[in-house]
Amino acid sequence: MNVMDSRATSALLYLDGVHVSFDGFHAINNLSLALEPGEMRAIIGPNGAGKTTMMDIITGKTKPDEGTVLFDGVTDLTRLDETHIAELGIGRKFQKPTVFESQTIEDNLLLALNVDHSVKGTLFWRESKGETERIERVLETIRLTEARNRLAGSLSHGQKQWLEIGMLLAQDPKLLLVDEPVAGMTDVETHQTAELLKAINKEKTVMVVEHDMTFVRELGVKVTCLHEGTVLAEGTIDQVSSNERVIEVYLGR
Amino acid sequence: MTPHVLTRSLDRAATIFVLVVAALGVLIPLSNLLLPAGSAFQVPTYLVALFGKYVCYAILALAIDLIWGYCGILSLGHGAFFALGGYAMGMYLMRQIGSRGVYGNPILPDFMVFLNYPKLPWYWNGFDMFWFAALMVVLVPGLLAFCFGWLAFRSRVTGVYLSIITQAMTYALLLGFFRNDFGFGGNNGLTDFKDILGFNVQADGTRAALFTLSCLALIIGFLICRAVVTSKLGKVLIAVRDAESRTRFLGYRVESYKLFVFTLSACMAGVAGALYVPQVGIINPSEFAPGNSIEAVIWVAVGGRGTLTGAALGAIVVNYAKTYFTSGPLAPYWLFMLGALFILVTLLLPRGIVGTFNAWWEPWKAQRLPAIADSAAREDGVSEPNPAE
Repeated sequence: MNVMDSRATSALLYLDGVHVSFDGFHAINNLSLALEPGEMRAIIGPNGAGKTTMMDIITGKTKPDEGTVLFDGVTDLTRLDETHIAELGIGRKFQKPTVFESQTIEDNLLLALNVDHSVKGTLFWRESKGETERIERVLETIRLTEARNRLAGSLSHGQKQWLEIGMLLAQDPKLLLVDEPVAGMTDVETHQTAELLKAINKEKTVMVVEHDMTFVRELGVKVTCLHEGTVLAEGTIDQVSSNERVIEVYLGR
Repeated sequence: MTPHVLTRSLDRAATIFVLVVAALGVLIPLSNLLLPAGSAFQVPTYLVALFGKYVCYAILALAIDLIWGYCGILSLGHGAFFALGGYAMGMYLMRQIGSRGVYGNPILPDFMVFLNYPKLPWYWNGFDMFWFAALMVVLVPGLLAFCFGWLAFRSRVTGVYLSIITQAMTYALLLGFFRNDFGFGGNNGLTDFKDILGFNVQADGTRAALFTLSCLALIIGFLICRAVVTSKLGKVLIAVRDAESRTRFLGYRVESYKLFVFTLSACMAGVAGALYVPQVGIINPSEFAPGNSIEAVIWVAVGGRGTLTGAALGAIVVNYAKTYFTSGPLAPYWLFMLGALFILVTLLLPRGIVGTFNAWWEPWKAQRLPAIADSAAREDGVSEPNPAE
């Protein structure tokens, strides 16, 4: 990679010609995608389209066989591990809400704060006013202030989704990757989540993977449809959902 | 350690634990030394040594609970670190024998004369000095754990695979230490100790002092573990235990955390082994037997993992039962009883004695004293670990 010294693109996240195969199965096939700073992008696609694998590649969980993955135009993400990428400022919410169930909601957020993550730093950590205030703000945003001392495992599915979004906020990343945030939510919660993501997008770049078309429509952002590990269509929700190939893929041929 | 760390780590249960151990550490030796033999309250010397052994096991259990109960690392080879600490102490005790050995060689221990060693192997140098041996007690297990952990955790070996390679590690050491040319006395190990720091190891006073020191080591080990698990680092450890990859995606270097507690735990196990050897009077390769390490894990499971106090209690209860049953007509069935105990605890008391007690006590306390329970729960920040793994 000779792009390390000069910015190759204005995009915050830039994928070009990415390939990944698992035991001969091409999960990602010549995938190219660019996310501009401040953009929110919705990713749709049928099961097995490679949405989660794409997130795995961006966050360092999976190494691509080929292709370029650049963050902020200069950093080659394919060379870094999960911890390093998280420290760079890429946060991720998993498809299945993953919170620390045996710890309180407050502790979950405390763990997510983007402060010193070294062994020494955490061993000698002391409560500070700044951190407490940040946690306070996130608790308000995700409406869990009342439940702060409850164990995360006792939350409802929807609340866990919100807690995980809250952890993303505490992490304060530049880019948020949000995998199926409204799975298992009621209509009201889905609506609130859309509002929350829109509010987050005022400051941050967001990539949302979602099946729920009502939700995607509500976000009102550019949509990319993946199929068999490659981009099938890109555009507004109306353009994409009227695309013949997209209809074919979703309804079966 | 700042005082702040100390106040945070000492909640009510922890304070009670420290006070009880301290009281036993003082009262048992006093009763042994001051009361006349035969008095109902006099603890005979053989019991002091036996209790001392239990306390050493409790330190080992604490070390295992720190990594297993809080970080989900199930080591089935912790007996190896215990034995290495024991050997380091044994080497010091051997060198203290000097010319009082059977062969009267001022430098070479008896087994070396017997096996025709021309001179002392290089790695026996320095062990005539107590401070050096004491350093090695911590350093050797710590270094082995660091190297082992560095390789294993960096390669992300977890779960049952890690457990298996820890078993392989202790088994490999067992085979090594059995060899005569390894330089540690082969299958006889190190024994016939005479004195420690100039005091006769057999004397009542020395045994009493060793018991008190073991209790002190248990208290210090407990306080260190408490300081670790009540810090933010403790919360990270629990996060690693419950959702390792999630912790990585938050930007924590999971392998560094595992390496830190694993090494700390091995050092503690080494200290336990070093205190154990002068009290039982022998260290031989059977201490490396994989079964010993598994037994130690059972103590923790019985007492309740992720509780620290439970681990210590489990070690004492199970070993008391072992002493009781293996000295009676039921002796041949002890291993079956131990196996049955493990199965029953796993099925009926998955949180162990202390974990179950807490689960029953906390809600009751919460009803009676809501404010105290609330602050206690926040201090602890930990409930039961996952039953799996």
